[in-house]
Amino acid sequence: MTPAQLDIQLIAAVTAAACALPGVFLVLRRVSLMSDAISHAILPGLVLAFFVTENLASPLLIVAAAATGVLTVVLIEALSRTERVKEDAAIGIVFPILFSVGVILIARFASGVHLDVDAVLLGELAFAPFNRFEVGGVDLGPQALWVMGPILVLNLVFLAVFFKELKLSTFDAGLAAALGFAPGALHYALMTLVSVTAVGAFDAVGSILVVALMIAPPATAYLLTDRLTTMLGLSAGIGVLSAIAGYWTANLFDTSIAGAMATMAGVAFALTFAFAPERGLVAQAQRRRSQRRTFAEKMLTVHLLHHENTPQEERECRVPHLQEHLRWSPDFARLAVDAAVRDGYVLRDADRLSLTEPGRAWAQESMVD
Amino acid sequence: MLHDLLFDYTLRTVALGAATLGIVSGSLGTYAVLRGQSLLGDAISHAALPGVALAFMLTGSKAPLVLVIGAALAGWIGTLAVMTVVRRSRIPYDAALGMVLSVFFGFGLVLLVSVQRHPTGNQAGLDTFLFGQAAALVASDLVVMATLGVLALGVALLFWKEFKLLAFDDEFGASLGLPMRRLDILLTTLLVIAIVIGLQTVGVVLMSAILVAPAAAARQWTDRLGLMMGIAAFFGALAGAGGAILSATTARLPTGPTIVIFAGVLVVVSLLFAPQRGLVAAWLRARRNRTNLREIGVLEDLYTLALQHPTDPRHPHPVATLETMTAHPESVKAGLASLAERGFAEPIGEAQWSLTDAGFAAAAAIARNTRLEER
Repeated sequence: MTPAQLDIQLIAAVTAAACALPGVFLVLRRVSLMSDAISHAILPGLVLAFFVTENLASPLLIVAAAATGVLTVVLIEALSRTERVKEDAAIGIVFPILFSVGVILIARFASGVHLDVDAVLLGELAFAPFNRFEVGGVDLGPQALWVMGPILVLNLVFLAVFFKELKLSTFDAGLAAALGFAPGALHYALMTLVSVTAVGAFDAVGSILVVALMIAPPATAYLLTDRLTTMLGLSAGIGVLSAIAGYWTANLFDTSIAGAMATMAGVAFALTFAFAPERGLVAQAQRRRSQRRTFAEKMLTVHLLHHENTPQEERECRVPHLQEHLRWSPDFARLAVDAAVRDGYVLRDADRLSLTEPGRAWAQESMVD
Repeated sequence: MLHDLLFDYTLRTVALGAATLGIVSGSLGTYAVLRGQSLLGDAISHAALPGVALAFMLTGSKAPLVLVIGAALAGWIGTLAVMTVVRRSRIPYDAALGMVLSVFFGFGLVLLVSVQRHPTGNQAGLDTFLFGQAAALVASDLVVMATLGVLALGVALLFWKEFKLLAFDDEFGASLGLPMRRLDILLTTLLVIAIVIGLQTVGVVLMSAILVAPAAAARQWTDRLGLMMGIAAFFGALAGAGGAILSATTARLPTGPTIVIFAGVLVVVSLLFAPQRGLVAAWLRARRNRTNLREIGVLEDLYTLALQHPTDPRHPHPVATLETMTAHPESVKAGLASLAERGFAEPIGEAQWSLTDAGFAAAAAIARNTRLEER
């Protein structure tokens, strides 16, 4: 592994972790698409700040872009507060307009300078290691790391300081307001954090893929746990893993690193969606199957109990009869009988079925339920 | 300008193309906005990217129809993915949208970049799908756009009442035995078609605005679905053609963003000046109500005083007395002035007022109504 490769992975991992942390709250508060809106709408702020400083590395760019991000949130909320436009439509109108303003500004006044829309939308991680941060001729590592590192720390500090406020206002906004936690202020603080993170990250991965890093790892973690702290840790972990897996995939196929990172985040979600221990599709199917089987066993034992020691016993308590009486297919009847025999509820003698003592007790219990 | 529009091939093609796109996405966007799916369009348009790249990789062709079919398939799969994730897990709708949007787009980027880095492919022009390039539209694109558009709108008209039910009372539709889920998928498919029509012109990022903005603007002018759709189509065409023409005749003004700004202006104008729902109309209404209430308050107080003099209903009363009778003494004078304007009260001497006959009758009517309401 060359030092440049190491640098890229380090930047990718730090970016992914920094995005995943505020992303957890976006997903839980159902404002995921604010990240989409903010990451696009910061463009005009970035462009205007660039016109003032004429330096793409100026920290003023981050401040201006973050301010534009907050402005976006304010505009969206103002628009939906008029009650003339639903909130999702307001998002769908505000951010494309702001983004358009940015694109037009670039096209009219900044063509020829190094600031193009491709770079903003798509980012390019492969060149990041060559942009060094130097103080007095001493190389202190890639610049992107010096941007994303502090942003990651900022996010961590914010989460640590306001953890209980965030938790409460996320899960019970009403109680948070009643206790005087100013959920509005907290919301804007969170949005500011999202804006700052998006600005820092778009340079590396582009504005659309910021959304992937903010939403996909927390959504994946949301399928794996019910605890907020675990979810935060898992999100960051999944983000970092997706980033590194994405880097090597891109390396293998000689393609966009940011795109591959997003793809890997998607793959991680798809795998979890299918195989998560409790909420995955497979687990859901298994649970349904076992519930169906248990229910069938109950039906069977109750049926046997009902006809035990009656004149019809000979006729009713036979496997082929289940088809007729319970409308079970032969396959399903065999499955249910086998399960009941295995569980020791039923004895089988050729086609003739009879209850065991535990089977009788279970059937009686089932009927009481 | 008109001359150019009629005789300049490029300008005419671009303006027609953008107008077609505006009409189709404006009408179908109406459903998206009404059903609270405004951002589904954003997800679909981003999700279409891998389809474009794959269609090119598999066929080696850049024919608009091939790429559009690829885009539509990918957009459609993306939508189904959103629906599946929402139905089969606890991931909220917006998170599912955001995830499909960005992950599909990322995958599309992976494909696109690897196509571009392959020395064999002639891949130029694929990235117009990212930002759109209306100036590159040619007549054959126009034919594809118009055919798909007519098809989509035709189906929408055919299923008019079913889609109306879907948008406004889903459960009632289901209770009538209509296959609501299949209708939902059909309508979404139409939305996908509207979006892929626009991708080449305005690009994936801005496509959603062309879908949402005309419909959101049209919503302000009417409460009827048919009318809303017509207005949205008109706004869409206006923004599309206007933006395309302005950008084609101005140097360094990209088409997609210009169209979006046009559409944005239409939203702002509609929000402010629509007759019923408009903010200006609402403000005027509120002001008029305030004035009316103030007038009625003073009128009632004057009537109460007049009843103290059964023999002389036109007995004058000082303003100061009226001011002691209300919680808003500062508005008494203005109220008297507007009553005088309507001929319900008149000043008598120094700071004294009395009801006119018409005012007495009006106040008596109000008092009677109040008593009736209280009963």
